[in-house]
Amino acid sequence: MTERPGFWGYRRPDGRVGVRNHVLVVPTVICASVVCERIASALPGVAVPLPHLAGCGQLGPDMHTTHETLAAYCQHPNVGAVLVVALGCEQVIAQTLAESAKRAGKPAQIVSIQGEGGTLRAIGKGRQMAEQLAAGIVSASREWCDATSLILSLKCGGSDYTSGLASNPALGRVADRLVALGGYAVLGEIAEIMGAEHVLAARATRPDVGRQLLRVIDRVEAEAMALGLDIRGTQPSPGNIRGGLTTIEEKSLGATEKGGERSPLVDVVPYAGRITRPGLTVMDTPGLDVESVTGMVAGGAQVVVFTTGLGTPTGNPVAPVVKITGNARTAQQMSDNIDLDVSGVIADTESLDDAAGRLFEEVLAVASGKLTTAESLGHREFAIHRRNPTI
Amino acid sequence: MKPALVISDRDNVATALEPLEAGRSIDAGGRLVVARELIPSGHKIALVDIQAGGAVVKYGSAIGTATSAIQAGAHVHTHNLSSSRGRGDLAAQRVAPEPGVRLAEPADERNGFDGSEAADD
Repeated sequence: MTERPGFWGYRRPDGRVGVRNHVLVVPTVICASVVCERIASALPGVAVPLPHLAGCGQLGPDMHTTHETLAAYCQHPNVGAVLVVALGCEQVIAQTLAESAKRAGKPAQIVSIQGEGGTLRAIGKGRQMAEQLAAGIVSASREWCDATSLILSLKCGGSDYTSGLASNPALGRVADRLVALGGYAVLGEIAEIMGAEHVLAARATRPDVGRQLLRVIDRVEAEAMALGLDIRGTQPSPGNIRGGLTTIEEKSLGATEKGGERSPLVDVVPYAGRITRPGLTVMDTPGLDVESVTGMVAGGAQVVVFTTGLGTPTGNPVAPVVKITGNARTAQQMSDNIDLDVSGVIADTESLDDAAGRLFEEVLAVASGKLTTAESLGHREFAIHRRNPTI
Repeated sequence: MKPALVISDRDNVATALEPLEAGRSIDAGGRLVVARELIPSGHKIALVDIQAGGAVVKYGSAIGTATSAIQAGAHVHTHNLSSSRGRGDLAAQRVAPEPGVRLAEPADERNGFDGSEAADD
């Protein structure tokens, strides 16, 4: 009997499985971000700060997205406990964030800068609280979990011609394998599906899911067109073009290789929406790398695989980001940012299946605790998508 | 290493995996072509003549439209290939790639998310 693939993870009270065990220090608003970082810096390796630019001066959908995203991080399975850092007069409600963490079975506390009486007292009180929270979770132990507990975020950035030929199809094979076992994968970046939507829509399990995908693509295309501008101003990016990619359709077809060849498209969810159906989900995220990864992790992805041609350093505060490249030069020149080199696929010295096999093992190793280069270097970029102006 | 890679049999371009000098004859997935000019590594070379307005095909799908006639062996890039999507500057000529799958029915109401701007969940 062959053993099913799995990893050593943290089983959470709400039934989800984490691959990290952070104390998340989350500011409700940009005004609390520095205090949040100072608190987290007292517990390196345990506490992670989540500084952001939002939390006030936002209306309607943007305020909703900010709240939903922060709440999703408070509930994320890679988080063991939550400290909310409030200012006191902002729109995002600290109690709501703490409650969402508690609903997921996580200990949570709140420190308020106005309530404590200033920066120094809030940092002092916050550090005490963070220590208590850390003491409560550091002894949690990992248990063997089936690979199907994983939600894998499929991401590419700094793409060049090797992305569509090597790293993306290798990742696509990993997604197909995980989904075939019963696991989950999520693909974002609607602008980078534009021109390849027919490939994914044909794999929709229900007609309404295919329709949702086309509707989202239509909206993003209409938004670009409504500006009276040519999407070629940003897609493909100047670096993409130097790398040999000419059009958004070409970039999209290469990017969509990440979604595999067989995985059924089971759902289309809004930005930061929870991923609940086994199979391939598309999330409505922009093409900006950090906003996209931020949203997919909010949706529940515990591990991100990020393919790159030209090289890019970014990570995420709570989810490990595995960097792979099919560009031999990038693998050498940016070796401190690359976890896996699949350039042998281009050089014809490794098959795509072999490269995918190595990547699958790497994902499981990272899920079991192996640090990625982005984690080791302290990359924890985080940005909440916004559509409207700050009021 | 292969000098160039063809992804799908339907493709009319190949991707150079190393710089291809003018005059070099290469075997691209069983199809012979002579580079008419320098093709930088990672860039595309036309495998057949493509007429102006014709589709350039890679991954088995159209990746845009030839803006001028492209001869077999020519470099295919921004100077002779243009996207058909997201072109606000050409709004009147909006192109839907798969007319057969464009839809008019209401979206799934499962969670109120239909991809429209007003969706808030």
